[in-house]
Amino acid sequence: MKNKLIEIGQIAPKFSRRKLLGGAATAAVAIVQTAQGKNLQQAITVGDLPDDPTKVVGTLAGEVGTRSSFEKLVKKPSDISSRSPLQDFYGMITPSDLHFERHHAGVPTIDPNKHELLIHGLVEKPLVFKLSDLKRFPSVSRIAFLECSGNYRTGKETLSPQEICGLTSQSEWTGVKLSTLFREVGVKPNASWFLAEGGDAAVMTRSIPVKKGWDDAIIAYAQNGEALRPEQGYPVRLFLPGWEGNTSVKWLRRLELSDAPFMTREETSKYTESVNGKIRQFSFDIDARSIITYPSYPQRIEKGWVEIRGLAWSGRGKVVQVEVSTNAGKSWQLARLQEPILDKAHVQFRYLWEWKGESTEIMSRVTDETGYVQPTYQQLIAARGADGGYHFNAIASWQIKPDGAVLHKPEK
Amino acid sequence: MPKTLSRVLLTVVLLPLLIPTLGVFHAENPPQTPSQNIASDTAHFPRSFGLGRVATQVEIKKLDIDVRPDGKGLPIGSGISAKGKSIFELKCAPCHGIGGVGGPNGSLVSSVPAAGKRPERTIGNYWPYATTVFDYVRRAMPFNAPGSLTDEEVYHLTAYLLHANKIIDETTVIDAKSLPKVVMPAHQLFIPDNRKGGPEIK
Ligand code: HEC
Repeated sequence: MKNKLIEIGQIAPKFSRRKLLGGAATAAVAIVQTAQGKNLQQAITVGDLPDDPTKVVGTLAGEVGTRSSFEKLVKKPSDISSRSPLQDFYGMITPSDLHFERHHAGVPTIDPNKHELLIHGLVEKPLVFKLSDLKRFPSVSRIAFLECSGNYRTGKETLSPQEICGLTSQSEWTGVKLSTLFREVGVKPNASWFLAEGGDAAVMTRSIPVKKGWDDAIIAYAQNGEALRPEQGYPVRLFLPGWEGNTSVKWLRRLELSDAPFMTREETSKYTESVNGKIRQFSFDIDARSIITYPSYPQRIEKGWVEIRGLAWSGRGKVVQVEVSTNAGKSWQLARLQEPILDKAHVQFRYLWEWKGESTEIMSRVTDETGYVQPTYQQLIAARGADGGYHFNAIASWQIKPDGAVLHKPEK
Repeated sequence: MPKTLSRVLLTVVLLPLLIPTLGVFHAENPPQTPSQNIASDTAHFPRSFGLGRVATQVEIKKLDIDVRPDGKGLPIGSGISAKGKSIFELKCAPCHGIGGVGGPNGSLVSSVPAAGKRPERTIGNYWPYATTVFDYVRRAMPFNAPGSLTDEEVYHLTAYLLHANKIIDETTVIDAKSLPKVVMPAHQLFIPDNRKGGPEIK
């Protein structure tokens, strides 16, 4: 370690420590030593960019990687959530630091060595698991999306995919199957629901049918190959594939098996939707949805071949097909789907289009394996009434202007 | 490929496949589960992994703060609206408005909406169970000091919020017996989601 620092000093003598640490307009990286004596890669200001990178020895290996300072990927935060920049992604995995956030009383700081998960209620043997216990059980990994059910915006032209539906992200989640823990505690036959409770300041709770616990629920402690991010529930969360994000309770501290739902605030006052004068509750499944992420606002296109790209997903299973329209919905063509097409996962789609400069609208719609076809905004309003609300998965359209500008088409 | 290397590769690939058939881990009694594949997934699991420790009743009680619609989980104590009103003005009104109407963090009490506006969703017109008021306020409010209220204070506040929403009268004492019996105006509006996929848009 010590040697390394000397080497850096020798190689890059013109980088002052101040330059290494500061500067708003930054590019490239160098290694600096932190107060704790750790080597970290650090951005260097644009002014320090070498004219010819082949003539200057580059930055040496570091302890953690960096994102190129030329890449300005940011979530879009509000007081209660932060949206993923869907338009900036390639492939199907969301970088962990860009996974959307939604919490009800901030992100707690939890000591993983003190954190415990209690499982009690209608069980033979109530047990408390430390994180280290959970990690010793047989493990499982699964790539799946996580979407907040309150994930729809429209109403103005200047909305990006991030703003329309940036509350969806995809990771590889690793943990222990909840069914494994259910066996361990001996869930009683009369248990039909369980309460999942978080250890944040909202002590957030949801009731989940026990069947989901047996089917595919994961008690996750890792995301994309490393421990969960604090924003995603560090050190341990519930992960329910395909279900509305709120049910995948983060910072999980307690599960209580019961013979009835608990009717918590998050499943009555919130996360319920008006449907023709009634209030629909326990809408767990995420309805199939897709969105074109390229081209989209605020991008601009040029005449010629455009590869239309986007994401499609369904909480009820696999994506079967995605269709794209380049003439405002008059006709639809099949898009190509990128393998692997996973169950309850974001799938990437592509459609090659030659744009000749005409003014038009482009849009996508997904069909899932249950035969459900993503509806239009008008179809949803006709089916549910005009109140909007959760689980709004309408087709989103982009207007293409003759000058190449791309604008969201606000729904009315 | 050199012979030795291919043998190494074979061993590495096959070994994990062989383990289940060795019969070292054999479940005596596969659990009754709704899903077929879980049972087969876990066929090679031992009956118990022996991980975790048994929870004591004392530690369960400390964490088990939830309240169900049938009243299970409600603590001893009671409350009345008049006392709740003064606690509310002190600890809640800055965020939820005087009388629970129009604060920066949302109304809790129903009021007549301004002309052309939809009524705000409140305890009075949108909450199906009165027990949820107790459960939620005790666990999460006040937002700036969650978990700081005594059970007695939460009972008073619950009585106040129900009375302000014209659901109970001002003399009703709210306790573990009476709270589950309060019928909320929105109760009959709630229906469970019955969608199962398929082409229908609902
Ligand atoms: C510092 C501001 C603040 C104070 C003080 C506060 N609250 Fe809240 N309250 C909030 C916020 C913010 C929310 C929404 C939290 C969320 O979105 O999960 C909320 C939500 C609620 C809700 C749920 C509303 C609904 O319709 O779902 C109730 C009930 C409530 N508060 C009661 C109280 C009571 C009772 C007090 C006093 C003891 C109180 N609050 C004090 C900020 C506050």
